[in-house]
Amino acid sequence: MKPEVKAVDIDRNKGDFHYKVDYAKDAGRGLSEKTIHFISDVKEDPDWVREFRLRGLKTFLEKPLPTHWASKDLETIDFDKIRYYLAQGAGAKRSWEEVPEDIKRTFERLGIPEQERKFLAGVEAQFDSEAVYSNIKKAVGEQGVIFVGSTEGLKNHPEIFRKWFGKVIPIGDNKFSALNAAVFSGGSFIYVPPGVKVKHPLQAYFRINAESFGQFERTLIIADEGSEVTYMEGCTAPKFETATLHSAVVELVALKGAKIQYITVQNWSSNVFNLVTKRGLAHEEAEIKWIDCNIGSRLTMKYPGVVLKGRKARGEVLSIALANNGQHQDTGAKMIHAADETTSNIISKSISVGTGRATYRGLVHVPKHLKNCKNNTECDALLINATSRTDTYPAITVRGTGNAVQHEASVSQVSSEQIFYMQQRGLTEAQAMSLSVNGFVNDLVRQFPMEYSVELKRLIELEMEGSVG
Amino acid sequence: MNELQVDNLHVAIGDQQIVRGLGLTVPRGEVHAIMGPNGSGKSTLAKVMAGHPDYQVTKGKITMDGEDVLGMEADQRARKGLFLAFQYPSEIPGVTIANFLRAALQARLPEGEELEATEYYAKLYEKMELLGMDRSFTSRAVNEGFSGGEKKRTEILQLAMLEPKYAVLDETDSGLDIDALKVVARGVNTMRGPGLGVLLITHYQRLLNYIVPDHVHVMVAGRIVRSGGKELALELEERGYDWARESAGEMAVTR
Repeated sequence: MKPEVKAVDIDRNKGDFHYKVDYAKDAGRGLSEKTIHFISDVKEDPDWVREFRLRGLKTFLEKPLPTHWASKDLETIDFDKIRYYLAQGAGAKRSWEEVPEDIKRTFERLGIPEQERKFLAGVEAQFDSEAVYSNIKKAVGEQGVIFVGSTEGLKNHPEIFRKWFGKVIPIGDNKFSALNAAVFSGGSFIYVPPGVKVKHPLQAYFRINAESFGQFERTLIIADEGSEVTYMEGCTAPKFETATLHSAVVELVALKGAKIQYITVQNWSSNVFNLVTKRGLAHEEAEIKWIDCNIGSRLTMKYPGVVLKGRKARGEVLSIALANNGQHQDTGAKMIHAADETTSNIISKSISVGTGRATYRGLVHVPKHLKNCKNNTECDALLINATSRTDTYPAITVRGTGNAVQHEASVSQVSSEQIFYMQQRGLTEAQAMSLSVNGFVNDLVRQFPMEYSVELKRLIELEMEGSVG
Repeated sequence: MNELQVDNLHVAIGDQQIVRGLGLTVPRGEVHAIMGPNGSGKSTLAKVMAGHPDYQVTKGKITMDGEDVLGMEADQRARKGLFLAFQYPSEIPGVTIANFLRAALQARLPEGEELEATEYYAKLYEKMELLGMDRSFTSRAVNEGFSGGEKKRTEILQLAMLEPKYAVLDETDSGLDIDALKVVARGVNTMRGPGLGVLLITHYQRLLNYIVPDHVHVMVAGRIVRSGGKELALELEERGYDWARESAGEMAVTR
């Protein structure tokens, strides 16, 4: 067999390294108005952005942690110890040659430039707070597609940027969206003009290099009428002793008849709190699809959502979560139906290994006045060990008549008889376990782009290696 | 030394002794049958040979080509050439027969070596044809939603693909209609030869009409109480297990 091309190489062992980098711009530890002004000054923010940040800070400080429903583990985050902005201040380069050597070698080691040459339409690479590289293939750029960092987006394309920024996910949506509003830096801004179909994926790679650091990228994707785009993101961080915070906000806008596919394969190291807000707004006949794979991190809280605003809009969340020893994957989906004939589909599969815990939270909302809306929700959990845990919290509110909702949930276990059977065929216990887990997610993975399914299978194998014995 | 040997085997599950001093030798190239009533310990023997973790070997040994088997993990025994066709094969949801067998064969290759896909599929289709299985079967998940006959056929397909040195067939005839039984028997008979030793475990004589054994052993209460040629199966069919039980009793007294 030929070696297969990997979409995002996010093998955690491979990602567990870090180089010493001199940061010219360092906001120091802790969060105050001073921090905000430091960031705004460094980034030369327009006044409206500075104000937006200050409102974000105020909201963040006012809002309590959501521990009445979420994990108490959130309380262990020491917001005063975190470093909120770290950059070399060199800006995003258009070619890898211009990227400072000490940063470039990190991405080379992760294989990003190579993948870009092979099959991507554009790449953005973020190192701690800022994009260090951002480039789009010439042919794609000539079609009018914009793919830049958020800072560049808000400065150079304010007419599009301002119209949608913070509209899908308002500052006060939750405590962590407010935090992101206050200190956001990096992330992508994408605009696809009407009718343009971007054939190859655009990719972003988020890399945390510094200890006790918080990464707060902000991504905004706008697909104009009838356009199509696929965006993929990968993330890694070295394994530090102290907690690292990753708190992104991602807003998608699909205008009439547009299609956005957003793919995440995250493999954070086990010290990362990954608290991310992701939501899309689908206009008439538009389609937004989130493909979300969560492996690693200490605690992930992420519920990608779609607001189905226009008639016949479609929303989909396909998610896979793998919670290993000591990890908690608290993930799910939100589907807000706000127009007739809208359809949504949620398929969630989780695997809990060792003392890992996977939680599914789903919200499906269909108000009374709507007609012919459909939702399908399936969530399946697989428990590997007796100490593994899973919980499901579906919240489905469907009012009125003429709407159809379907919900299925299952919990299963890999039985010892099944493992013995597979071992009798010559597979080691770990190989047997890994094959069972891959079988469990197989029907979902088949819907992923090829490069991703290969990568995901390999990651699952790596995760399962230490799970038995 | 090319033989599978069980010597004075004692097996317990918890406090209960199930196999009590069983001895048996299956040389490569021969087909042996073990017949016995329900509860005689036949299936326990099969599982212990394969290395099931629930059973405790309290005494005795098992060797394969002179090599100690009991110290090996189940997967190691399998890779060394021991195959068990299960009485109740497990389902593996989401894992196709093609992928499962591929993984099993891959596990037998030295590290760094990749299974040749074209050859693999050619062989798979050939064996499936032999067993009268439709090609579409390869994309079905292992044993998931299979009928009893389909499960047994899949066991024999795996046997054919993995080409072990020794195969233990645990009640492969149970739940099969006569047509399915003939297909399964044809599969096993095709594989018969100097390279393969077979141990057929069965409750009924019926299977032995189609896979004719070289030797027949009667197992009662955890021991082999009588051994002979293929005609022993017919005698047993005629006289019943009580006759064999009486023999066991005699043995117990004379010992």
